[in-house]
Amino acid sequence: MTDSHAAPAAVPVDPHVGAATGGKVAMWLFIAQDGMSFGGLLLAYGILRVTAGDWPVPEALLGINLTAIATFILICSSVSMVFAVDAAKNRDQGGLVKWLMWTIVGGISFLGIQYYEYSHLHDIGITLTSTVHEGVVQNPLFGATFYAVTGFHGLHVLSGVIYLICILKKATTGAYTAGGISHSPVELVGLFWHFVDLVWILVFTFIYLL
Amino acid sequence: MSHDGIHPEPTSFWRKHVFSVDHKVIGKQFMWFGFAWLAIGGMMAMMIRWQLAYPGTPFPVLGDFFFPGGVVSPEQYNTLFTMHGTIMIFLGLTPLLIGAFGNFCIPLMIGARDMIFPLLNCLSFWTLMIGGAVAFYSLTVPLGGSEAGWTGYPTLSTTVGTQGSGETLWAIAVFIIGVSSIMGGINYITTIVRLRAPGMTWTRLPLTVWGLFFTSILNVLFLPVIGSAMILLVLDRVFGTTFYVPATMAEGGAGDPILYQHLFWIFGHPEVYILILPAWGYISDFLSFFSRKPAFGYRITVGAMAAVTILSAVVYGHHMFTTGLSPMLGESFMLLTMIISVPGEILFFNWLHTIWRGSLRMTTPMLFSMGVIFVFGLGGLTGIYLATISTDIYLHDTYFVVGHFHLTMAASALFGAFAGVYFWMPKMFGTVLNEFWGKVHFWFTAVPLTIVFCTMFWSGYAGMPRRYYDHTYVEYLRDLQHLNVITTHAALLLGAAQVVFAFNFIKSRWFGQKATDNPWEVGTLEWTTASPTPYFNFQEIPVVHCGPHEFSNPNIPGGADWIFQTDVLPGEPALPATHAPAAEPAHSA
Repeated sequence: MTDSHAAPAAVPVDPHVGAATGGKVAMWLFIAQDGMSFGGLLLAYGILRVTAGDWPVPEALLGINLTAIATFILICSSVSMVFAVDAAKNRDQGGLVKWLMWTIVGGISFLGIQYYEYSHLHDIGITLTSTVHEGVVQNPLFGATFYAVTGFHGLHVLSGVIYLICILKKATTGAYTAGGISHSPVELVGLFWHFVDLVWILVFTFIYLL
Repeated sequence: MSHDGIHPEPTSFWRKHVFSVDHKVIGKQFMWFGFAWLAIGGMMAMMIRWQLAYPGTPFPVLGDFFFPGGVVSPEQYNTLFTMHGTIMIFLGLTPLLIGAFGNFCIPLMIGARDMIFPLLNCLSFWTLMIGGAVAFYSLTVPLGGSEAGWTGYPTLSTTVGTQGSGETLWAIAVFIIGVSSIMGGINYITTIVRLRAPGMTWTRLPLTVWGLFFTSILNVLFLPVIGSAMILLVLDRVFGTTFYVPATMAEGGAGDPILYQHLFWIFGHPEVYILILPAWGYISDFLSFFSRKPAFGYRITVGAMAAVTILSAVVYGHHMFTTGLSPMLGESFMLLTMIISVPGEILFFNWLHTIWRGSLRMTTPMLFSMGVIFVFGLGGLTGIYLATISTDIYLHDTYFVVGHFHLTMAASALFGAFAGVYFWMPKMFGTVLNEFWGKVHFWFTAVPLTIVFCTMFWSGYAGMPRRYYDHTYVEYLRDLQHLNVITTHAALLLGAAQVVFAFNFIKSRWFGQKATDNPWEVGTLEWTTASPTPYFNFQEIPVVHCGPHEFSNPNIPGGADWIFQTDVLPGEPALPATHAPAAEPAHSA
């Protein structure tokens, strides 16, 4: 597949056509649809939790501290993403590569913590199909909704990390920082990454804190 | 970004006809895909109708091939009505109305050389192909295909109600098809926002493009919600969670089957507008084209479609009046549903005003467009009964509902699709469909179709429930048998009429009369190109000077009653061509 197959058709030069690139419009639409799929899952979680009479206190079962650290790391990776986009804007290749790497490190750390958390929770009795806390059987939907929502988010982080690695690979060749070349792919991966982080803030609030 | 950066014309067979990134080829692929599935889904409808009219008698000719002893078994009957709905909506009408014409028309009508993301476009089709393959495979697994109805309500759709992998594969297929539609939707919206030719302002867009634009918005926003519902359903079925399984149905269950209904109808109600909005767009254009008058109230038509798009997102609760929904919530949904008929009626009045005192040309696309007004009118008016809680509680799950939604989302959408096929055939394939057989097709479709669904109103009003395998077991329903026989015979005639269409289409496609470049004498941009459209659509990106319905304007020189959107009316300023022509020779290598 050559690049010309994926190239956009000619963009007319017309003031009536908006200034955003096609990629940006499409990424925002993608974010809107992804937000709706998280919306569906969180709505399901909300209905199940509100209508259940026996929902356990999340803090007691899940613990907050470790996940708070993970949340902090994810927010930091958003900050490094901002620096990466800024470096790309300033045609600063060293800075772009550095900040992209830090973002990827943040994403991988988050996934690592999530993996540890999953295996730990699994060991203490919170699984996809049943929730047992200190020998007491709890509403099984606690574990089910927990794994469904955070798992769906984890897949997004994983996709984001893969996406970032692809961008990093091209960034090392100077693809976004050479003169006259658009850096918009870096901006797009940034949009996606910020979205994934923003959703996590909601997921963390609804699943762990409330 | 290179400004003439369109993909070069492929030379190999695979790139040209199979994994093509050209929007015209992909549009045709969607069209054949839609036709094939409409045939399968339509045949299933015939089998359902046969069972309803003649319970327990073998289905003629094909029965022995599909059913033991030729007779539809109860389980197979469940699969038939489930897959009939799923196939018609997701694999028949959506690919035809949105996939085929969306792909083919959007770039041509806005003056672009292709979609903005050609590769994504190709992926969208092949993702749909995988979804279709999974749906087809689900019919062949042990224990049979999905049996929970096209709505897939738990607990019927959980392992409590349906064993086997058929239902799971159904959910996976719906998910995959949804992904394909989202890809298409993102591509369509971005293309319309970004690739309009110079001068193609938002108020000069053909209404076809507006219809597809609103549909795409609904696709992008609401298919993800059914995706979430399907993820939870597959978790329930495969991994043993109980999101939808209540404690009363299975040991360890703690879930809520109504939750699924919420998620399903948050998507499901916009879905009916996803199907009807493109059809509304097409016929809004066609009625103007064949009345030789500007579309009445262009801006108001667009506004009404936008209002329907927004309202469609907040009315879904009217599908759930019988679930024990809070009466206060129910009343809100009832009110909102009633309000949606206001923009609906604005559209009707605009259509009627467009036709009023026009110089009508009764071509086949025009007949089908007027057919949409008629059948959607019938379906829309009966919708009022179903929006009203007090009548809906009686009519819920009866054939009244079946008649209503078939007239609105099935018959209207189908008529819109047929109007599009007859109208764009010259541009797509370079040949015209035979008008005589087209009109035969129209009348033998429209009359039986009206009989089929109007008799359903009667039987439904008399209390006949939907999805019964053999209602002759129920004493009071036996009296409705003659009505069911009439419905079935009309349905068989309706099915036979589609054979006429298939022959006409195939004959005209390969042996038909060659089309001129602009056989209908209309001014939208696709007709400025040759028939069929060359690979790059436009030699130069056109510059647009007027709206899509500039008919019977007294300022048009030369006595014609139409001009192209690229023509300049006398006295109006001409826009300069603002960018370089395509470097054509470089591409033809």
